[in-house]
Amino acid sequence: MDRILEYLKKEREKDWRVELRGKMKTKERTGLERLDMPESDPNVRNKSYIEVNKGLSVEQAMHEAHRCIDCPKPTCIEGCPVGINIPKFIKKIEAGEFLESAKVLKETNALPAVCGRVCPQEVQCEQACFYTQKLGKPPVAIGNLERFAADYERDNGQVSIPEISSKNGIKVASIGSGPSGLAFAGDMIKMGYDVTVFEALHEIGGVLKYGIPEFRLPNDIVDVEIEILRKMGVKFVTNFIVGKTATIDDLKKEGYTAFFVGSGAGLPNFMNIPGENFIGIFSSNEYLTRINLMRASDPEYDTPVLSGKKVAVIGGGNTAMDSVRTAKRLGAERAMLIYRRSIEEMPARNEEIKHAQEEGIEFLNLNSPLEYFADKNGRVNKMKLQKMKLGEPDNSGRRRPIPIKGSEYFIDVDTVIVSVGVSPNPLIPKSMKDLDVSNWGTINVNKDSLQSSVSGVFAGGDIVRGGATVILAMGDGRKAAAGMNKYIKEKVRNIISLVKEFKTIGDILDFATK
Amino acid sequence: MNKIVDKEYFSDNVVKLVIEAPAIAKSRKAGHFVILRVGSKGERIPLTIVGSDTEKGTITLIVQKMGVSSIKLVNLEVGDYITDVLGPLGNATHVEKVGTILASGGGVGVAPLLPIVDAFKKAGNKVITVLAARTKELVILEEQIREFSDEVIVMTDDGSYGKKGLVTNGMEEIIKREKIDLAVTVGPAIMMKFVSLLTKKYKIHTLASLNTIMVDGTGMCGACRVTVGGKTKFVCVDGPEFDAHQVDFDEMLNRLGAYKKLEEQAYNHYIDKYRKA
Repeated sequence: MDRILEYLKKEREKDWRVELRGKMKTKERTGLERLDMPESDPNVRNKSYIEVNKGLSVEQAMHEAHRCIDCPKPTCIEGCPVGINIPKFIKKIEAGEFLESAKVLKETNALPAVCGRVCPQEVQCEQACFYTQKLGKPPVAIGNLERFAADYERDNGQVSIPEISSKNGIKVASIGSGPSGLAFAGDMIKMGYDVTVFEALHEIGGVLKYGIPEFRLPNDIVDVEIEILRKMGVKFVTNFIVGKTATIDDLKKEGYTAFFVGSGAGLPNFMNIPGENFIGIFSSNEYLTRINLMRASDPEYDTPVLSGKKVAVIGGGNTAMDSVRTAKRLGAERAMLIYRRSIEEMPARNEEIKHAQEEGIEFLNLNSPLEYFADKNGRVNKMKLQKMKLGEPDNSGRRRPIPIKGSEYFIDVDTVIVSVGVSPNPLIPKSMKDLDVSNWGTINVNKDSLQSSVSGVFAGGDIVRGGATVILAMGDGRKAAAGMNKYIKEKVRNIISLVKEFKTIGDILDFATK
Repeated sequence: MNKIVDKEYFSDNVVKLVIEAPAIAKSRKAGHFVILRVGSKGERIPLTIVGSDTEKGTITLIVQKMGVSSIKLVNLEVGDYITDVLGPLGNATHVEKVGTILASGGGVGVAPLLPIVDAFKKAGNKVITVLAARTKELVILEEQIREFSDEVIVMTDDGSYGKKGLVTNGMEEIIKREKIDLAVTVGPAIMMKFVSLLTKKYKIHTLASLNTIMVDGTGMCGACRVTVGGKTKFVCVDGPEFDAHQVDFDEMLNRLGAYKKLEEQAYNHYIDKYRKA
């Protein structure tokens, strides 16, 4: 930690930074207003897949970059799970060196264009920003600036490939190609390892591809960042499910030394209420996968999807929000979000709630489903709801929803999307008997190294956390890479010291026969 | 990308494909399936692995033309590639020596039944198999099934081959004749429903291998969910085999029909396009 602070201090004292700071008084900087992210018209975007956030222009980005006062103690970095040198990349923007800014991002973040779009900056870097903490003003738009720098280099066809250390020939694998696996792969390849990423689906990217919709994160943008990793030397194997196609033990025999399990939180939860298996009732995973990964709404693609005119989405998280906004785009007349608490308790990002409201999503807060009914063909056509009120705060600190007796009522629906969380995928734990898992099925790991109970097997992201964000998964990927590097180096050191003990060939033969 | 190395027509609508998939060939067991996709715009469809050759690194699939995706697959020729093949998925059949097994397969369901029958026979059981089809041309794999069965009864709806009647008629005859320790059934959901009702009557423990709609096949989407013993189960990670007497077949039948209309539309659209081309 001290080393990092020292490094940051040194970076800050470089001539170009000192000079830039001197160009504008701090008072002038803090007097600048934060610029809002330009957005597409709600009534246009809710009928198409165009991106909602349009990105900052060069002028807007320069303006926003001037707001950053380049603090001596950049608390924003502490708020970033992947430890981006935030003041440095912002000051590069202020200096007009946009390509350099993107390089700074890629020093610690394998997916800056993704993070600039989907990170909840308001509870991370921007929450820790000097403006938020000390001035009580809107923070520097760090996320918008990150997106700007990453988009600038891509749109100008000048994507740089980060430097990598000389190859050490040690084979390591990531199981899963979602955000944690990609972040892991990015760090390990930089350190010189021979990295292979195994993916069960036919496309690389995990939840970034199957889960998050195009209007929030276009798949093409994910592909550009994956391509950078490929150019750095990361190998990707699709249609390969570790634990089934081959086990970790099989892969060890093929020379893989250590593994990172980033297989995500697989199984969708249902509420186990009557009628939940009628036709037209989906998990959000199924609904979003059909549309985002399989492109079901494009008639050129073979995968179908049922999406009707009266769509109810159950839940209040980002995935619920993605589902209900997708349903609107597929032509729902009523796209309703049914959530058992009030809007204040919703886990979804404020930005998503605001966008959904603008797009005409109906919020049925303080409501909970009790039962579903179907027509003669078995397609859901009605649901029974119960009104709720808020009681005392529960373990999560949010006020507990309490059913109001006698408040039951019915609404017409033809499609329901259940988005009430996920459980860890049991495939990997099932295939490894010695792996220590929690009662919920998540993999238990050492919190510093992210190593599991099986030596050489590390884990992170939702398979450990049970359901979190892209950026926390990426933070885990980086942490596991550091943990794995340390583990492998220590092993190598041990072997070297062992070999040094040998005095004669006989010693070696003795050891080998043991 | 997996290369097709052999192709054989069992009938106009049923085709056997042998494809290169060395890792799957090595790790698959009876009861496992694959998910595959034809073309970059194709859908993901599940198919049971019928057999494998670890030396050649191949697996065998049997496909019936049903809709657009299966037609696209059947239209591939030897030397062509299947865009994506993932597997082996699902749980392997729990095989042990229990005594006498009564296996039943209907239509193309005989294909996934074959490795199960093979495994039970090799585990030292006496295996009696009832094969059923609408008509003679649709009876498949009879010879291979005979190889692993002590006795085979063929039933056809129209009596054009074997005995005239339903699969349950053939089964009941056996059940009345001798003690059955375990029944195994694979076929259309409606057939398995009636097989289950029959064996329930005679209190014979029965395994049914379910074939539901799937998307990812790894537990992620829940499209394949069925109610077993009053609880929601996922066929891809909890199955595909379940205690037949606990399965809610009516619900399963309903869910299988979810995309019927869309499938018909897609089929007509595809045929139109095909004709024009």
